[in-house]
Amino acid sequence: MVAHAETVQTQRHPLLAFAARWLFTTNHKEIGSLYLWLSFLLFFVAGLMAMFMRLELFEPGIQFVDPLYYNQILTLHGLVMVFGAVMPAFVGLANWLIPMMIGAPDMALPRMNNFSFWILPFAFTLLLSSLFMEGGAPNFGWTFYAPLSTTYGPPSTDFFILGVHLMGISSIMGAINIIVTIVNLRAPGMTYMKMPLFVWTWLITAFLLIMVMPVLAGVVTMMLTDRHFGTSFFQAAGGGDPVLFQHIFWFFGHPEVYIMILPGFGIASQIIPTFSRKKLFGYHSMVYATASIALLSFVVWGHHMFTTGMPLIAELFVMYATMLIAVPTGVKVFNWVATMWRGSLTFETPMLFAIGFVMMFTIGGFSGLMLALVPADFQYHDTYFVVAHFHYVLYPGAIFGTMAAVYYWLPKWCGHMYDERLGKIHFWTATAAVNLTFFPMHFTGLAGMPRRIPDYSLQFADFNMVSSIGAWLLGLTQVLFLYIVIKTIRGGVKATDQVWEGAEGLEWTLPSPAPRHTFETPPVIAQGNEQ
Amino acid sequence: MTSYAGGLKSGLMIPIFWGVPNISLAAKVDMRPGVTDMSVRIQQIHHMGLWVCIIVGIIVFSAMFYTMFAHRRSKNPTPATFSDSTLIEFIWTLIPVLILVGMAIPATSTLRDIEDNEDSDLTVLITASQWKWHYQYLDSGISYYSNIATPQEQIDNLEPKDEHYLLDADNPLVLPTDKKIRFLTTADDVIHSWWVPDFAVKQDAIPGFINEAWTRIPVPGIYRGQCAELCGIGHAYMPIVVEVRPGEEFDAWIEDQRIAAELAGEAAVAARAKTWAMDELVTIGQEVFFKHCATCHERDGMGQGTKYPALAGSAIAVGAIADHLNRVMNGKADTEMQAWAPQLSDLEIAAVITYERNSWGNDTGDIIQPITVYEAR
Repeated sequence: MVAHAETVQTQRHPLLAFAARWLFTTNHKEIGSLYLWLSFLLFFVAGLMAMFMRLELFEPGIQFVDPLYYNQILTLHGLVMVFGAVMPAFVGLANWLIPMMIGAPDMALPRMNNFSFWILPFAFTLLLSSLFMEGGAPNFGWTFYAPLSTTYGPPSTDFFILGVHLMGISSIMGAINIIVTIVNLRAPGMTYMKMPLFVWTWLITAFLLIMVMPVLAGVVTMMLTDRHFGTSFFQAAGGGDPVLFQHIFWFFGHPEVYIMILPGFGIASQIIPTFSRKKLFGYHSMVYATASIALLSFVVWGHHMFTTGMPLIAELFVMYATMLIAVPTGVKVFNWVATMWRGSLTFETPMLFAIGFVMMFTIGGFSGLMLALVPADFQYHDTYFVVAHFHYVLYPGAIFGTMAAVYYWLPKWCGHMYDERLGKIHFWTATAAVNLTFFPMHFTGLAGMPRRIPDYSLQFADFNMVSSIGAWLLGLTQVLFLYIVIKTIRGGVKATDQVWEGAEGLEWTLPSPAPRHTFETPPVIAQGNEQ
Repeated sequence: MTSYAGGLKSGLMIPIFWGVPNISLAAKVDMRPGVTDMSVRIQQIHHMGLWVCIIVGIIVFSAMFYTMFAHRRSKNPTPATFSDSTLIEFIWTLIPVLILVGMAIPATSTLRDIEDNEDSDLTVLITASQWKWHYQYLDSGISYYSNIATPQEQIDNLEPKDEHYLLDADNPLVLPTDKKIRFLTTADDVIHSWWVPDFAVKQDAIPGFINEAWTRIPVPGIYRGQCAELCGIGHAYMPIVVEVRPGEEFDAWIEDQRIAAELAGEAAVAARAKTWAMDELVTIGQEVFFKHCATCHERDGMGQGTKYPALAGSAIAVGAIADHLNRVMNGKADTEMQAWAPQLSDLEIAAVITYERNSWGNDTGDIIQPITVYEAR
């Protein structure tokens, strides 16, 4: 089969052969790379939108971006970062790593794997094309609250709905594939409690995806019928309920934010032990903590809705449940610290990003705990304090997690070591810029600046200027990241098979770069105690 | 800085965290205590949460920095081998639970008081629409709209921005001191959120719903806030200004409003009786247009794409007067173009239509009189 495909390719024009190779590939490593490159591209697209927003927010007054366009890039920044940058990056990592970590030859459903990737470029073309349409792109925020998005949405909202449907189908197929792979293709002897944590966190994430992506599909379909087929799910005038939209959206939305962080937990749990030269502390409690965070995520969606007029009893329940999440999250942070404790630490770039992840994610977790306190939430809600909170969780969490993973596994993928000096420069500038951008947002939020405004009153001016400078710097540092990645792929010091002295796991038993097909015969897993 | 809080409570802005001596800096980096009992309690809960986080953060981060320093390879070449400890894991699960319970208790009791909307002395129905607030005093029948008062020139950087840039309203909400005031919030179009930080009241205004909140304000003064829920292109331009007056002054103000309403009625009758000249109407019309219409249709009448159509040369603005009148008075369903009949006087509607039909190259020469609008109502 493989030989046949290759003979066919040699007869084609090289460009066609190249296109065919990537278009029809069913290889988990190639699909993983496609996911990662797409997410990298979209990360820059959405990042550029953020930089435009920060340009407008540099000073009070309207200078560069009018309110209508501001709302459009605000919406697309969120949607593209969530569905285009973070989620595909994690799926790309899953594709590359899960088969190699569990000793499988490939993903269980390789053709579906191809399909779930190739839907995405079309989904994002649909979504981003709305920027060039009459009436402009969706302008109602990534949370697309009805009726702003239904009755009052621009015509391009339908493209957004279709785009979200496609992304949802892609995610559901990706998640099914990951679950089937993990359940069925583990090498003999690789019991569940021997799986690396990255595999565990992705297994749990995949279940979250299967649970909530259909709910997202449901809510956008309800929007579609409200807009075009005369229903009134979310229209008060027709007997519908705008708050129902928020309940459905956040039933998807809260697990979604954990979808964007759990694989990051997995990555940190792989990297920290390697550079501490010490086993992960509390493997079992890490698994249980991840599972409890995932379960709790289904009962806390109301904490996004405290100001919608929820009854007291519901507010109390959601507040307690949300505060409870701090317990398993705390366990994870303590376990990472305990893993480092009395290890033999070195600080290569992946370790720096992993430590940055733990520390700054913890800051985001702290503000999350504060936001759970309903009385205080009445003051925090919909201010820049919330913007600071979720960017602290997402940037140093999801994005730094992904970058740590890229530095950590890139030598395995392409066979070359990255430039350590440039990697460190990247880490330190990105860390400085993240804090410069997002820390002052705590202050502007507490001082009373609402989120999602293109213009603000004078007392917020100085901290906004700091945030804007930070944001541009942050954008620039990621160009450096792109340069480092390309440089590493093109050449560099040859990586050893184990790459990192302290690295453990099946992927490090493979040659660097990992050949196209690995573990065609299942590896032998040492019998003995589970982790 | 303190101006945001009306300059009245700077004495209350005790810089509780970081021991910052500069009052204005504390107000810039911390949640304000506000002026009501409830806002002070809420700030205390905020500080409780903040301090718990700071202390836990110091412990965790110190441990991390210590281990990074003391257990780096050059100092600790041989790593330890432990990877489990049920006792330690039990302890660091239990301690957070205890801390959380300790935080939940005051939060719960405060929340119960926040949600106690009973026994109010005065009720104000707040109806939000794009992008203004409508205040109705249910006890005395007074009602009016409150719009942003910051001139467009300041937003466009053509004039220096004044102290209350974007936080100035033409008609502030006037409230009495020391009364339990109940707010009912709802909306006509999309979801908005009525927020005054100094009262710690933030309540979504949702079409089809009526939400409740309350406050009791001990200190007279002017308090400012903004819409807190994304509601379209004018979201940043929906300020809330509340003027709090002592009891008798408030009662006097209510009486003044009654008289003003009567006078406005008489003025409307007089306006109808008069035949207005083109230039008079265009002058008034331009003012009305800039204030209410230009957010979407722009001052040059060119609109913003198809979503907010141009009025220069538009079929309605140069077509039949009856259609134009109908569109302005009754709006267009399911768009931001709302019905202006309830919001504007006969004269204002006549003037703005006359202005639109005779500006930006529209040269119909039509003059619409207030009596025409009156008859169309």
